[in-house]
Parts: sequence; C-alpha cells; structure tokens
Amino acid sequence: MNGLRIAVPRGALFDDTLELLDRLGLDTRAVRENDRKLLFEEAGIVTMRPSDVPTYVEAGAADLGITGKDVLMEQSERECYELVDLGYGYCRMVLASEAGEDRAAEALRRLGVVRIATKYPRIAARHFLATGRQAEIVEVKGSVELAPLTGLAEAIVDLTATGTTLVENGLVVREEIAECSARLIANPVAHKLKARAIDAVLERVRAG
Amino acid sequence: MIDRIPSGTRDVLPDEMRELRAITERVRAEFERAGYGEVYTPALEYEGTLARGDLAGAMPAYRVFDEQGQVLALRSDMTIPIARLVATRYAGAEPPLRFCYFAHAYRRVRPQRGQARELLQAGVELVGAPAPEGTAEAVTVLCAALDAAGLKTYSVGLGDSSLFPALLEQVGVEPERRGRLVEELVAGDFVGVEREVAGLGIDAESADLLLRVPQIRGGPEVLEDVPEPLAAAVQGMRAVHQLLEPDAAARVIFDLGLVRSLGYYTGAVFQVYDPALGVPIGSGGRYDDLLAKFGRPLPAVGFALSVERLHIALTGEEGR
Repeated sequence: MNGLRIAVPRGALFDDTLELLDRLGLDTRAVRENDRKLLFEEAGIVTMRPSDVPTYVEAGAADLGITGKDVLMEQSERECYELVDLGYGYCRMVLASEAGEDRAAEALRRLGVVRIATKYPRIAARHFLATGRQAEIVEVKGSVELAPLTGLAEAIVDLTATGTTLVENGLVVREEIAECSARLIANPVAHKLKARAIDAVLERVRAG
Repeated sequence: MIDRIPSGTRDVLPDEMRELRAITERVRAEFERAGYGEVYTPALEYEGTLARGDLAGAMPAYRVFDEQGQVLALRSDMTIPIARLVATRYAGAEPPLRFCYFAHAYRRVRPQRGQARELLQAGVELVGAPAPEGTAEAVTVLCAALDAAGLKTYSVGLGDSSLFPALLEQVGVEPERRGRLVEELVAGDFVGVEREVAGLGIDAESADLLLRVPQIRGGPEVLEDVPEPLAAAVQGMRAVHQLLEPDAAARVIFDLGLVRSLGYYTGAVFQVYDPALGVPIGSGGRYDDLLAKFGRPLPAVGFALSVERLHIALTGEEGR
C-alpha cells in the first residue's frame, strides 16, 4: 500500500478491517484465504492480535495499524499517533455486577474497597482512581463474567458490544466508562517520513 | 546467584564499546571542527538548579540527600547544567559561546518498556546566537555530525514551538481552555484533538485550521499555502532553511505539528528521524528564555543525539 505496512487485527475487527482495506484498493484475497499466514509482504499487511498492534506500530515494525480504542486506552503509554476514528467495532467499556442489589456498592460501603475482575487492569484502576473509590484489581485473561458468579470479585470492568453475554450471565451494567471503536494509528516517525502516503490513506478513509 | 542491575541500565562490553566509541569520536571531531569545545559537568546538581528549567517536562527522577541534608538530583539533560555553567563560568564572556558534550542523562522509566534510565547523549549548545542564524548553525552542525557518524537516510523535522500557541491565540481560544487540546496534540491523539476542538464552540473555519495545521508536514512546498495567522512562524522556518547549505537543506522536513513537551523551548524545534528506526534519534530547539533564569539573558539553541539510538540506526541502515 504505497510502500506502507499496516498491522491488521485478527478477531472481532478483522472482517470490517479487510472490507476497509478493500475499499482502499488493497488486495486482501490472500489474507482472507489463509488464516495461518501472518505476513503478506505483497499487500503490505501483517495480521496479529489486536493488543499487539500498538507494539508493532510504536516500534516501527508496521507504519500503520488498526486496533480498538480499548487497546489504546489500556496501553496509553505507547507512543503512536491516533489518526482517525474508523467508526466500526463500536462497543462500550462498562462496570457490571450481578443483577439485584449491587454487591460492588455494598462492598465499597462496608469494606471500603471493591474487588474488580478485568482484562483491562489499567483502565479499571484509572476509572476507580478518577472517581475517588478504592478498588482491588484482579486481572484475568478470559471469561471475566465468571468472576462475580464465583465470588472472585464483586464486579467486572469489560467491553460489551450488545450486552448479550452480560445478560446471559445475570449481570447488569452499572456504569459506562468509555465508548470504543476501531482506530487507525501510525508510527510517529513514519508519519513524518511517509507523510504523503499516509495522508493519501487518510483522505480515502475519510471519503468513506 | 546472578546479581541484577537496575532495569533501564546496561553494561557495555568491548565489541559494542568499540563501535560506540568510534561513533562518538567521529561526532566529537565534527563538533570540535565547528568550534564547539567539549565540557563536562557533574552528574549530580542541586535540585534547585535543575528546577530552573522545566519542572514538568524534564523533572529529574533521582534524588539523594547529601551529608548536610541538601537535595541533589541526577541531571535529566545537559542543557540546564550548561546554562548554569555559562552563567557562572562565562559570566562576562563575549557571546556567542559554543560547547559540546558527551554525557549521560538520567530519566524515569515506565516499567516493562525497555526504556533507558541512563542514556548517553552527544550534543551541542550555542549560546548568544539568535534566530535564524543560530538555529541554522545548530542544524548545520547536527547534519555534519550525522554525516560524520555515517548515517545516510536521515531527515531533520523542523517546526516551531510558538506556532500552535499563536494559532490558538489567533482563533480566540482562551489560555485556560488550551490545556487538554495541547495535551492531546503532544500525545499524538488526533481523534482527541478533534473532540476537544469540537468542544471549543468556535466557528467552522477556525476549527478546520486547528485540525489541519498540525498535519502539515513535508518539503518546502507545504509552506506555500499556509494560513495567514502562521505567517510569522513560517517566515522564521523559511529563514532558517534559506541559510542552510544545499546538503543540509535537503534533509529538512517542515513539520507544523512538531510540538515538544519540554516547556523551555521558545521557537524553532527539531527532531532527527531515520527510516531504520521507529523513534527519533535526537532532538533540539531554541530556548531563548532559559539563560535569563540563571542571570545571563542570552538567546540559545542546542540539540542532543542519543548515541545508543544512533548506533541502532546505523546498524539498521547496514541491513537495508
């Protein structure tokens, strides 16, 4: 893509991202046909976990990248430029606990501290710090919904698109922390040295 | 048992040391040739001295008490110690004054990021030479030093730290409402910039200007249709560019979005990029107000290169 290499997230953002790249004139057939291969030199595409995208872009191993705002918020110290909100992949970062009386509120009132299970420890810690409440953050790697049901934590901080998983596990949203969607990010040095190529991509993205 | 060293510090063994030394020797010869005498200042200074610079941007990270209970701090750059040196050792000397250094600076690190707590810098300070001549001299010495080191594909991004504040002034954004916007810009979050600009409640034309200007970067042609409120800053950048010899001038990328987080910069700012490295190799700029804080009001300009990053970029260029 004009000599640019772009980091593409596998997972929830994958299909919309490939569609966007098609519209930008990239040949994504090879990427669609081969879900084991990671590096597509000819198309200028590398595929990876969404949370690895900022790592590659910050280091300059990819010039551009696409990932969720949730990932960027969790890795806020990464030095990447966030160029544009791509609009797709919309979800909300929420605080949720079991339906009925809010166990999290009760823990805060009676124990002074609430246990929060999350895959986003830094976002969760920042949210509780900013709202002046004490929280013990428990980091888990998957199925966060399990934590309040088993007594590991009183509440969770997690990403939800439709809310279905929360409802299925008897959880309700108590607070919304942030709205997230896919973002186009750039390596700061590439942003200067490959300005024309990157601006051309941006222009086409904005044109829709 | 393995004795560790603090994260962000490193041992240098002979093979690497020879290569680093070869780089610094070539750079030093170039600095000396340009009339910049090498100085060394203590790694420890009184905290009060370092605090005369920019507390928020270049806050020293490591402090100790001496035997009298005074607070000493490890320098976080060489610019402030040299400003002190100029004001005390050269109080009556006729400017301009030219110094170079090869010294370690000490920074705080964020955990698990491979950042350096102790970094070797090679740089110059040119005191008493105003813009644009002084700035052009600094950029010339910078390019000559990088050429001497053997770096081939580098570029120098040239911006002006007064440009965005001037623009905010022009479109009538009150100082107390600029903080978040400038923060987002420094962080490189253009989506955040867009959100902040939308929240300012200014007219569409001004909003468009605030969004467009930080994205302007490239060759001299990008300065041609720059909006009127920026004429002064752009004129300054052009003046520097025109004073450069063709070789150095060809290295320059004009970058209206170049904002440095360090508070003491007053005018031109620059950064060194190489396609072989994802991060800048060095940076510099004008700090015309800093020397006055040490009692010797003189305009000044300087830059610092990270020797380790320069080494990585040189190695990276070999592989291309």
